[in-house]
Amino acid sequence: MTSAVSFQNVSRHFGSVRAVDAVDLDIVPGEFFAMLGPSGSGKTTCLRLIAGFEQPTAGSIAIFGERAEGVPPYRRNVNTVFQDYALFPHLNVLDNVAYGLMVKGVGRPERQKAAEEALALVRLPGYGARRPGQLSGGQRQRVALARALVNQPKVLLLDEPLGALDLKLRENMQEELKSLQKALGITFVFVTHDQGEALSMADRVAVFNDGKIMQIGTPEDIYQRPKTRFVADFVGSSNVLPPDFVQRYAGQHRWGSLRPESIRIGRANGQGVAARLVSTNYLGATTRLALDAEGLRLHAIVPAGAALPREGEAVVLTFNREHLHLMDELG
Amino acid sequence: MRSDRGPSAPIGLKLAATGGLLFLHLPILLIFVYAFTTEEKSFVWPPPGLTTQWFAVTWNRPDVWQALSLSVRVAAISTAIALILGTLCAAAVSRTKFFGRETISLLVILPIALPGIITGIALRSAFALAEIPFSFWTIVLGHATFCVVVVYNNAVARFRRTSGSMIEASMDLGADGFQTFRHVVLPNIATALLAGGMLAFALSFDEVIVTTFTAGQQQTVPIWMLEELIRPRQRPVTNVVAMVVVLVTLLPILAAYYLTRDGDQIAGSGK
Repeated sequence: MTSAVSFQNVSRHFGSVRAVDAVDLDIVPGEFFAMLGPSGSGKTTCLRLIAGFEQPTAGSIAIFGERAEGVPPYRRNVNTVFQDYALFPHLNVLDNVAYGLMVKGVGRPERQKAAEEALALVRLPGYGARRPGQLSGGQRQRVALARALVNQPKVLLLDEPLGALDLKLRENMQEELKSLQKALGITFVFVTHDQGEALSMADRVAVFNDGKIMQIGTPEDIYQRPKTRFVADFVGSSNVLPPDFVQRYAGQHRWGSLRPESIRIGRANGQGVAARLVSTNYLGATTRLALDAEGLRLHAIVPAGAALPREGEAVVLTFNREHLHLMDELG
Repeated sequence: MRSDRGPSAPIGLKLAATGGLLFLHLPILLIFVYAFTTEEKSFVWPPPGLTTQWFAVTWNRPDVWQALSLSVRVAAISTAIALILGTLCAAAVSRTKFFGRETISLLVILPIALPGIITGIALRSAFALAEIPFSFWTIVLGHATFCVVVVYNNAVARFRRTSGSMIEASMDLGADGFQTFRHVVLPNIATALLAGGMLAFALSFDEVIVTTFTAGQQQTVPIWMLEELIRPRQRPVTNVVAMVVVLVTLLPILAAYYLTRDGDQIAGSGK
C-alpha cells in the first residue's frame, strides 16, 4: 500500500543547525499520526516539509506516492491548520472558509454552499457573516479547521492546534478532532509537545528529539515500552533508572524505566528499595511524591486519599518486576 | 459621554495651553486674512479693506497654473514611485532575514532624518557628475527620496502587525504568489499604503529645499511663492495660493490620520 506521507532519509538543515536529521517516516493512509517532541525537536519542520513551506536539504518526500520536492505549497493536496489559525482578518468567516475554492475558480454560489457545509461540520453553522475578530479562540480554531477541510485534502496537517485553548475546551476539541477524523477518513498529521494529547488522540506517535525520530509506535508501545531514556522521560515522566540500579533489582546491566504509578510505598522496615520521602504534591485525583533513593531522585504517583508518610520520613519502595521496563540503549 | 473624566486642569495650565495653540495657529490665520486685503504692496495690519478680487486675479495668472500643475504632477509621480519602491522594500525587510537588513532599513529612512539641504546638494552634485540636465524628472527623483520613507514606514508597521502565517495559509489553500498578493497582502496593507501615499503627496507638494537644488528653471508652487514674496505687486495672490496649498496638504494628512488611527502611527509626518 502507498504511504500517505513517506520520508526517506530526509534532512533539513538551517546553516549548521540540523532541524531535521535523516528522518525515515511512513504515515499510513487514514491514520491519526502524532509528532511529539519538545520545542526545537524538528517536529514542526517535518510538518512544514509536508506542507511545502520548507524544502528538504537531502532525502526525498512522497505524498501518496508522488514526489513532493520542488512542488510549491499551492500545488499540494494537503492543508494546514496553523498554530495561530492565520485566519484572514479582512474576510468574514464564510469567505475565509471559501478562500481555497475561490482561488481555484469555483463559482460563488457553489463555494458558499461548500463553505456552509464545512462550517456545519465543525459545528459553527450560521457563523458565516461574522469577522474572525468577533470569534472566541475555540471558534477561530473551528473556522481554521473548516477552511482546511473544505478543500478535501488528502492529508490534513495540524500544528499544535490546541495549544492556545484552555483545558476544558482542549479536552472537548480532542474528542471532536478524533471523531471528525474517523468520520472523514482523512489522514491527520498532528504536531504537539503535549504527550497526553498525543497518547489520547493518535493511532501512532513519533517521538522527536534533536531532529531525529526516537521511536515510532502505538501510544501503548511508546508509553509502556520506551526504547530510550529520552522517550521514557519525555512521555509520561517515567523514572529513568541507571544500569547499576537495575542490575541490583533485575539482574541486568541496562537502563530501565519505571512508571511513577508502578511504585508502591511501604513501611521503613519492609523489603525493597530504601528511600526517603522528599515532598508531596497534591494533584487532585492523585498525589505525586518526590523520593530520594540513595541519591537517585524518583517520582511516584499514588491515588489521593492514600495514607502517606510524612515528608522527610524513611520509606521502602516496592514494584512489580514486570513493570520495570528495560531499554535498548546501553550505557 | 466619557465617564472616566479626570479632575479639571488648573486655570493656569489651561491658559498656557490656549496660548501655545494660538501661537502655533494664529500666523496661519493671518495668512488667510491677508488673502482678502485691499492693500497689494505690503502687509499692513489691520487690513485697510476686504475684497475677494484676488481669487479672480489668481485664477487668471498663467504662472500660478503652471506652478500648480507642475507641483501636482511631481507629487503624483513621486508618490507613485514611492508606493512601489516603499512597499517592495518594506516587504523585503519585514518578511525575510538577510545580511545587512538593519542597515538597509536605516539607509531607507535616512533621507527623512537628513536635512533637506544635504539631500539637495548631494543630488545636485550627483546629477552634475552624471551630466543629467535638470528637468521635471530630476525634481521627481529628489522628491521620491523622502516620499519612499513615508510609504516604507507605514508599510513596515502594517507588515509587522499582519501575521506571517497568513501568507503561508493562503499558499496552503492553493493561491499562487500573485493571488496571495491580490487577495491577502494588498487588502491588509491597503489603508497603510493609502495613508503613506497621501502623506508622501503632501510632503512632495510643499517641499522647497530639495526642489531648489534639483529644479532647473521650473517653479513648483512653493518656489513660485518664494519668488512672489520678493515682488511688491499683487502680494495677496500669494496668500490665496497659500490657502490652496494648506487645504491640498492638510486634507490628505487628516484623511491619512483617520484611516490609520486604529493603532498605526503616521510615521514621518513631522518632516
